[in-house]
Amino acid sequence: MSTLEQMYQQVIMDHAREAHGRGLVEVTLPAHGESHQVNTTCGDEVTLRVGLEGDRIASLSWEGQGCSISQASVSALSELLDGESIATADDTVEAFRALMQSKGEHLDEEREDLLGDATAFVGVGKYPARIKCALLGWMAFRDALIQARSASEGGQQ
Amino acid sequence: MLRDLHDDFPILSRTVRNGKPLVYLDSAATSQKPSAVLEAESAFYREHNGAVARGAHLLAEEATEAFESARSDVARLVGASPEEIVWTSGATASINLVANGIGDASLGAGGEEAARFRIGPGDRIVVTEAEHHANLIPWQQLAARTGAELAWIPVDDDGRFDLDNLDTIVNGSTTVLAFSHAGNVTGIVADVAPLVARAREVGALTVLDACQSVPHLPVDVAQLGVDFMAFSGHKMLGPTGIGALWGRKELLDALPPSVFGGGAIAIVTMERTTWLEAPMRFEPGTQPVAQAVGMGAAARYLMDLGMDQVARHEARLAQIMREGVAELPGVRLLGPVGDPDRIDVLGLAAVAVDGVHAHDVGQVLDDLGVLARVGHHCAQPLHRRFGLTGSTRASAHVYTREDDARAFVEALATVRSFFGVHA
Repeated sequence: MSTLEQMYQQVIMDHAREAHGRGLVEVTLPAHGESHQVNTTCGDEVTLRVGLEGDRIASLSWEGQGCSISQASVSALSELLDGESIATADDTVEAFRALMQSKGEHLDEEREDLLGDATAFVGVGKYPARIKCALLGWMAFRDALIQARSASEGGQQ
Repeated sequence: MLRDLHDDFPILSRTVRNGKPLVYLDSAATSQKPSAVLEAESAFYREHNGAVARGAHLLAEEATEAFESARSDVARLVGASPEEIVWTSGATASINLVANGIGDASLGAGGEEAARFRIGPGDRIVVTEAEHHANLIPWQQLAARTGAELAWIPVDDDGRFDLDNLDTIVNGSTTVLAFSHAGNVTGIVADVAPLVARAREVGALTVLDACQSVPHLPVDVAQLGVDFMAFSGHKMLGPTGIGALWGRKELLDALPPSVFGGGAIAIVTMERTTWLEAPMRFEPGTQPVAQAVGMGAAARYLMDLGMDQVARHEARLAQIMREGVAELPGVRLLGPVGDPDRIDVLGLAAVAVDGVHAHDVGQVLDDLGVLARVGHHCAQPLHRRFGLTGSTRASAHVYTREDDARAFVEALATVRSFFGVHA
């Protein structure tokens, strides 16, 4: 497999073609957050929305346009984290960031299990210019999650 | 016909991903440098380095001579006098120099001699919809600072300036008309004459962004008839960090400087300062001397090739790329195919591939050793006009071979099947 084929693995192409979680869903939960992220080098964008129920991600939806890597990545994130606990989501985001910084090397088994399909993005780490594409949705998720948590903490006081 | 110039450009002999030979097709972003330029810059540091226009020792004299003779070489390339060439850090800085000078004059800087530049509410600045951000944002900012209105000439579906309403857009209130000589996305070489004629009719200053034309076409400021012209060193085989502003001498001598310091002044007291004439008034502080020397060497290299020859060579490359991509299914060429005999387009081709994002297109090209540019190329409004957010652009220069141009078309032909997109 060429490095190009390593980056564009079939699972990535599938996510790009049939994205998971696309289409913003209205969130009535009090603990919610939304983040809009733009990749300034190309204008790609993702808007991502989360809603929390206790320590669980009860709603996760997004809208965006961009390259196959950015769109597939947010699709994979959506499939992985919708319904998960906040703690798992935090660990998964950290694992994905580590994967992007690994220069194309695989991570340990524990973190790869956490990442599931998203492990397929390992090849992106060999292309520094594309790491931002892959991270776009993940940054939006992290930001939306912070907002939702502070909304939930505010609600408890 | 231009001879094959690969051996003059050391970087072109390197390999890229997977050991593939380098097909460099991103010259409109930045050009590669011939040994003549690299050696001129290096020789300056090794043999002549000293403070320019300061001091009376031998090295100061030699450095000053090298700096000023580079200015003469760059002037000769565009048919100008050396005292009409201001060194800047590049075309962006050149355009900002003019816009900021007009802005400062509008606040009273430069006294009565700068009164001709003053603008305010009721005045109009005109640009075009096809401009690079560097020839749009400085004018947006000037309009915001002064209360003047910003208007623009639209483009047609091919990206050509639409001059149907030229007389109402460039109206009697227009004080500045800024436009590009050659498009960095469409490659279209503008017909400057009707724009200059209309600007003169209404007494507006013309500012030409020539950073895509000077490296590729014969350019003569007298023939163009504009008032100011901006271009960069790094796009014309010269170093980064250096560029030039050409302006009519009487205008440059009246335009107030916006960057201040030593070397640009006549008399300084604790209360006030008087400026030197142009170009020195715009060159305070220590200048990028070695880069200027490198840009001078680049100008000589281009003049030795002959700009007519350069233009013809690139017209042939334009034809291969533009006719080639226009025939590919699912590939849209931005701008017209062009006519190689008239040299009405640059040696570049920007395309949108149906169903594949520009970044993904660029990645497949890169894997084949074909280095092209992806994104909006600092021209968001023009891409919006085309209904796109970005495109993939291949752009040639004197060193580009016909096989390189063909490699772009061939690589592009593989993109849609790689991503499983079919017509």
